[in-house]
Amino acid sequence: MVSVVYEAPDSIQGAVALLAGAEVPARPLAGGTDLVIQLQSQKNEPCLVVDLKKIPELMETTLDDEGLHLGPSMACAEFSSRDDIRSIYPGLVEAAQLIGSTQVQGRASVGGNLCNSSPAADTIPALIANKASCLIVGPSGERRVAVEEFVTGVGENCLEKGELVQVINVPRPAAGTSDAYLRFIPRTEMDIAVAGAAASITLDDDGTCSAARFSIGAVAPTAILVPAAAQALVGTKVDVAALEAVADAASAAANPISDRRGTAEYRRHVVGVLAKRAASIAAERAREK
Amino acid sequence: MSEAREYKYIGQRTIRPDGFDKVTGRADFGADLSLPGMIWGKILRSPHAHARINKIDTSKAEAHPDVMAVVTHQDFPAVTAGGFAVGEGQVDFKDLSKNVLADDKVLYHGHPIAAIAAKTEAAAEAALSLIDVDFEVLKPVLDIAEAMKPDAPLLHADLFTQGLAEQPEKASNIASRMELKKGDIEAGFAAAEVIVERDFSTPTVHQGYIEPHATTVRYEADGQSMVWCSTQGHFDVRAIISTLLSMDLSKLKVIASEIGGGFGAKTTVYLEPVALMLSKKSGRPVKMAMTREEVFRASGPGSATRSRVKIGARKDGTITAMKAELNYAAGAFKGSPMAPGCMTAFTPYDVENMYVEGYDVVVNKPKAAAYRAPGAPQAEFAAEMVINELADELGIDPIEFRLQNAAKEGTQTIYGPKLKVVGLVECLEAAKNSPQYKQALAENQGRGLASGFWFNIGGQSSVVINMKPDGTGTIIEGSPDIGGSRASMQMMAAEELGIDISRLTPVVADTEHIAYSATTGGSRTTFATGMAVIEAAQDVVRQLKERAAAVWNVTAEQVEWEDGVATNVASGEKLSATEICQSAEKTGGQVSGRANINARGAGPSFAVHLCDVEVDKETGKTDVVRYTAIQDAGKAIHPSYVEGQYQGGAAQGIGWALNEEYIYSEDGVMENAGFLDYRIPLSSDLPMIETVIVEVPNSFHPFGVRGVGETGIIPPLAAVATAVSDAIGVRMGDLPCSPPKVLKAIQDAS
Amino acid sequence: MAKTHVTTSINGEATEFLCEPNETLLAVLRNELQLTGTKEGCGSGDCGACSVTMNGRLVCSCLVLGVEAEGAEIGTVEGISNKENLHVIQEKFLEHAALQCGICTPGLIVSTKALLEENPDPTEEEIRYYLAGNLCRCTGYDKIIRAVMDSAVVMRGDA
Repeated sequence: MVSVVYEAPDSIQGAVALLAGAEVPARPLAGGTDLVIQLQSQKNEPCLVVDLKKIPELMETTLDDEGLHLGPSMACAEFSSRDDIRSIYPGLVEAAQLIGSTQVQGRASVGGNLCNSSPAADTIPALIANKASCLIVGPSGERRVAVEEFVTGVGENCLEKGELVQVINVPRPAAGTSDAYLRFIPRTEMDIAVAGAAASITLDDDGTCSAARFSIGAVAPTAILVPAAAQALVGTKVDVAALEAVADAASAAANPISDRRGTAEYRRHVVGVLAKRAASIAAERAREK
Repeated sequence: MSEAREYKYIGQRTIRPDGFDKVTGRADFGADLSLPGMIWGKILRSPHAHARINKIDTSKAEAHPDVMAVVTHQDFPAVTAGGFAVGEGQVDFKDLSKNVLADDKVLYHGHPIAAIAAKTEAAAEAALSLIDVDFEVLKPVLDIAEAMKPDAPLLHADLFTQGLAEQPEKASNIASRMELKKGDIEAGFAAAEVIVERDFSTPTVHQGYIEPHATTVRYEADGQSMVWCSTQGHFDVRAIISTLLSMDLSKLKVIASEIGGGFGAKTTVYLEPVALMLSKKSGRPVKMAMTREEVFRASGPGSATRSRVKIGARKDGTITAMKAELNYAAGAFKGSPMAPGCMTAFTPYDVENMYVEGYDVVVNKPKAAAYRAPGAPQAEFAAEMVINELADELGIDPIEFRLQNAAKEGTQTIYGPKLKVVGLVECLEAAKNSPQYKQALAENQGRGLASGFWFNIGGQSSVVINMKPDGTGTIIEGSPDIGGSRASMQMMAAEELGIDISRLTPVVADTEHIAYSATTGGSRTTFATGMAVIEAAQDVVRQLKERAAAVWNVTAEQVEWEDGVATNVASGEKLSATEICQSAEKTGGQVSGRANINARGAGPSFAVHLCDVEVDKETGKTDVVRYTAIQDAGKAIHPSYVEGQYQGGAAQGIGWALNEEYIYSEDGVMENAGFLDYRIPLSSDLPMIETVIVEVPNSFHPFGVRGVGETGIIPPLAAVATAVSDAIGVRMGDLPCSPPKVLKAIQDAS
Repeated sequence: MAKTHVTTSINGEATEFLCEPNETLLAVLRNELQLTGTKEGCGSGDCGACSVTMNGRLVCSCLVLGVEAEGAEIGTVEGISNKENLHVIQEKFLEHAALQCGICTPGLIVSTKALLEENPDPTEEEIRYYLAGNLCRCTGYDKIIRAVMDSAVVMRGDA
């Protein structure tokens, strides 16, 4: 007889104990917009579902002088309704808002998006561009991992058995910094990203770019940081030529596959277009600050 | 008959009578019926696109305590019947029997092989893995051109091409060839001063109804079995099942649930015969419902095509020759809509010399099902693209070019009959005068237009109108309501009877409670069932007049009927319908009117669509920024539902042109079998769709009705593709115009 | 697999049911509770036909486990009209002929109500994007958008 067991612990320690002690595959459940579908196609496989939505710390997001302390189980709809967060990290919020539909937004979480670790996840490039890191808690204690190191392969991440993400920290950006995330999809909503690009840009008072971080998604097994794109922009006034160089750098860094959502060649081209457009938007936002 | 007649109801926007149930969730669709003792059925589907079945071993499944019945093709009686017409297509019973459950071969990934019934859906699904199938895997063939090659893997050893001069000796994947001609095509091209010849392709697409196929059945060995299913035609479901399972018609009652979309694809059967056999073997009612993935893998689709069209004209704009070769993918069994495609391709044009050759080709994909004007969108897409290119070459406005060569009353069609009064010219004029056509385009924008033609059908409909003692009435008809037709029936009956529309209740009855009515399809319902409703209402009026005459002791000729009231011409006395019904017991009993007809004189519907798009030239992404759908309805009974047909057809056509396609692996497995990656238009993908209802009445219908359901899906393919071509300066010929294709066209050109 | 006992509230009514831990809320609503107004179109959150509200938020019930409904407030299409009258949104859908086959209609009505409670004065674009997760194959969306805009007018009291 197939056995699926559902538990809803009310503390992080309780969750860790359940995940660490499971004798069958343990599946952490946040929004469920990926997991519930997977469970339907795996109806005959035993597993332990550990609901992470009854643990208050995982559901709350705070913003302070250090930056953003993002509760990984919080629904994207709630996250993106926070004007205080949006005003500082508009790109991160727009990435979170692009996941699925309004209905999916009502459940899906940034933590879930990160831990599902799809190459096309929308929030991951935006997190990377904003220098986000995860505080991971597990049976042997705590450790911190930068988001760009967190995802290790297609659908794979660095979490060991029993570990979960307790909070995603995004540092407060320097003055004159803003971000943007763009993705390409064939329709206007709903589709999984064919390519995605996030940019965080810092401008001096005279409009010169003093710092930048670029991350591209859906064009490699994991989202990747593109230092060459940042180098192409730093020191420039974000002019057309600099933006073209950003596009070229992003395209060069991409390592896409061809699948039902796009050819490698197409993805490589489009991610460049997105990177320069995201840079342009982030720069415009930085100017307005 | 219907010129400038003042109507009380016809042309109004009434509230549909079934609306309350639909907006409250009370309406019962295919998967909404549960019966006491009901168990669930699930289907084991082929993991291979092409394979021989050596052996099916169901013993482990049969032995499992959860399993209550197992069914394979061996449980079906041998089919001897040939074929019959359903809707607008032909059913071959042998093929259908093998499609429902595979016999000696599986012919597409997802092809049903066996079925299990168990107490829960999960238990039935789990038990499928207990069935062992021994396959000899064969190479699949997925592409029309590949399938037509002489050395292609053959799907059927007994399929010999029909329609050739000599009966071939070798089996083939080409099921049939068709040829239509008019005039002298060689002379026509010789007379042409400008000729355009192009190749086109359209992908496999799905009708995309939001409701998956579903059924609940109860087999009764000693009585009448019951099938509840989501279908466009429950009478034809009854006929098909009775043939497949060798059951008398009287042993089977089919109830049409509310239907959540069909677009032609719910005119056949998939689950119902299987569910009945599971019910027979288990002694329990059985429910079966397809998952969305099953819907994509094993139902529909609309045929993929490859075509070549060549059109020649004189410099003054007179078209002298039109030629096409149209190749259709039928899927696993013969019977793509190649024939209607050949017949409609050039019908919007009055041209002396035409030649069309068509091929029906089997491939290892699901068996094609009808899809809204089956065959015509693909054929007319190719024709309209060449027409637009030719207009460009000649330097003539595309509307003027079409007006100059437009089909009209008396035009000889390529398929035989002469057209009677039709409204193409009126649609073209409306396009010319439309606000959209006058609006200037912005940068990166393009415009395209195209016309469309569909014949529409009549056929059998039966209606009974039962008047009640309080003067209200029930309209009993047999046409499943796929888009609001009950509203039109209510209106036509109210108009004819002259009583208040709120006093009439239309009901779609099951196969026991109304006589045979043909499938809701072919744009026939408002026309043919409407005609039967009108005739039944006239029968009621005749009887009410007779009853009044009896009360007044006069003859029926001395009674007038108007606005639901009988008047004694001589004395001026009046009796309302209500009063006559209230005293019906005294005058001979309750009054029922009826009509059983085979409607003739269905009028074709022409359409012209305009599409403006904007293309992002760095990504190839297309946005539809403005759209106008103009179509001849003859007479719009309920304008909102007529507009709805225009808009719905346009949306499907836009999806077909821009993003919809089946994506297959080399092994013949569909990779995008879900609504995530099979991309139908979303609300955010479309603008408001402007509509213009042209009314050139069809004199064969009392109110002038022409069917409108299908034509609207035809023009969008070429209207959109031409608009994209216009925006990027490169002619697109392969649908869909998805972003990678558009970007490549832009890059290749620069 | 042992079934889990769940206590929840559906359309304001206290409700209990038993379900398998991996059974979706959609399956529970339709099969355990006979609330068949909520429809299954795809089972994977791509069509919106199964839309319900959960603690005031619009969600796809095919993406929620039945066990997650414990202690929650669930709103389905059956709870939209009051006992006597249709909700304005339902009336406007009928008036504007914003449905043809009607299978997507329950999901759209639930979604529209959620939209207008969150944003009483949405633009056409905002409506289209909010409802992008509700697929309709029959109407081309035009009349649906008009019905929503007209509902918004009435609900704001601007009629």
